[in-house]
Amino acid sequence: MQPRPQSHSAALGPGCTGPSLANPTPLAFDHQRQVAQAPSCGAEAFAVDPAALANGQPRKHTTYPYVTGTSVLGITYKDGVLLASDTLGAYGSTKRYKSFDRLRKVNESCIVGAGGELSDFQYIMRLLEELSDDDFCMDDGHTLKPAEVHSYLCRVLYNRRNKMDPLWNSLVVGGFHAGKPFLGTVGMQGTNYTDAHVATGFGNHLARPLMREHHRPDMSEEEATALLHQCLKVCYYRDKNSINKFTIAKVSAEGVTISEPFALETEWRYKLFENPAANAAGAW
Amino acid sequence: MAGASQQGGFAFDLCKRNEFFEAKGVKHPGFTKTGTTIAGIIFKDGVVLGADTRSTAGTTVADKNCEKIHYIAPNIYCCGAGTAADTENVTGMVASQLELHRYATGAQSRVVTAMTLLKGHLFKYQGHVSAALVLGGVDFRGPHLFTVYPHGSTDSLPYCTMGSGSLNAMAVFESGYKDDLTREEAMDLVARAIRSGIMNDLGSGSNVDLCIITKDGVEYLRNHEYLQAKTYERQFPQKFASGSVPVVRERIYDIKKVVTVVEGEPMDMEA
Repeated sequence: MQPRPQSHSAALGPGCTGPSLANPTPLAFDHQRQVAQAPSCGAEAFAVDPAALANGQPRKHTTYPYVTGTSVLGITYKDGVLLASDTLGAYGSTKRYKSFDRLRKVNESCIVGAGGELSDFQYIMRLLEELSDDDFCMDDGHTLKPAEVHSYLCRVLYNRRNKMDPLWNSLVVGGFHAGKPFLGTVGMQGTNYTDAHVATGFGNHLARPLMREHHRPDMSEEEATALLHQCLKVCYYRDKNSINKFTIAKVSAEGVTISEPFALETEWRYKLFENPAANAAGAW
Repeated sequence: MAGASQQGGFAFDLCKRNEFFEAKGVKHPGFTKTGTTIAGIIFKDGVVLGADTRSTAGTTVADKNCEKIHYIAPNIYCCGAGTAADTENVTGMVASQLELHRYATGAQSRVVTAMTLLKGHLFKYQGHVSAALVLGGVDFRGPHLFTVYPHGSTDSLPYCTMGSGSLNAMAVFESGYKDDLTREEAMDLVARAIRSGIMNDLGSGSNVDLCIITKDGVEYLRNHEYLQAKTYERQFPQKFASGSVPVVRERIYDIKKVVTVVEGEPMDMEA
């Protein structure tokens, strides 16, 4: 049995599969003969299999996302971090996958939420699972801290961007470690920062102003949940690619809980919506 | 300009000239835009309009305290976003037309009249007149609030926002609007919405202007909230708290010995 090939190639960088996965290699492929210089530490050299290139297969680069998720919201409160998003995977303007979990658990102290291309998010989760599995096998009591997960994802996304083949995602990393909440975001170019409240996509324009108005670092969980509900509602009203089905993920000292999907009460029957053309024939 | 129609209709003589210039690589001249937050809300007895006061030319702030709420009629005001020249001239033009119309009819202008004049003009220019407007007023049929888009479409809404800060302001409206707001609630909500645009959008800034229109009249609150105030104002003369400065020398003059106080007439200042 061949060992499962790692998704991290020491030569290509994190998040990039080495030649063994990227291109089909014949069994007789001898690294040391094909490549002039290989690292003396024994790592794989950066070598694209010439056989694959010779077949005329083009090297594909991500230029356009297909199945996308919209905004992810995150806020810190007194005892932890809350992440929120809807559960829609949109295919252009079609609401194609209405039960897609865009908030996922990494380990007991860290959660990740993603907008953008959802297949790339699934790949990112696979990378994080590999890291967590390695931790589990080491069995030394250490798990990835949320700041480490955030830093790792920054490097992966920036690395891929430099290869002109980005992972088309806007990620939010939330965690609770050593009694302090952690909240950070990473964009598809590798732009990253940490803050008391973050949002991706439309959430930046719609939710962030409300968070700036109402957020305090010593909020209780109820207040934080109420603020998130308000922001989710506004995002649902004004973002075309969203549905009224949300999940909220919580990280605190007790660990991670991801809620069941829920809907919010929305108001569509204001009196003045009823007959807009009453005094303005021809308008709507 | 041979071939241009005498009355109305479209004249496209200059389009060919512009295309020729663009093909030669001559750049279209830029224009002052108002990256903006404007908003309006209908409350129980009328309309509250709000706007920020920043006017930008590219990335520079051209005017730190411009007026974006334009007069259309004694009972109708209009906030404008987009190209500053377009909003000012189009609202001025419609205000003049409405004034002549008032002389002809002898009656108060209606808000739909202003809306129809604006949308007709903007549609004729197919979006090239870049004016995105929030039009509000009160006439005999009650309070009205319309948005007019640069291509000429209109919406009739209880609350609306336009400009680059529109999403930020709309977030505040969507979480705060309810039926039958009072005047104070409506003013507070609009001020919060404009403040949200100012704080979260780079194209909006400086101060908040409000305009409250009811059937009894108009209250134009220019710089209702002055958000760019200096945090520290120097006092003249400097006031030092007693005990904070060491006293080096003290000399007391008793001027009653040399000055006589005489009662008299106050000086006449009118001249």
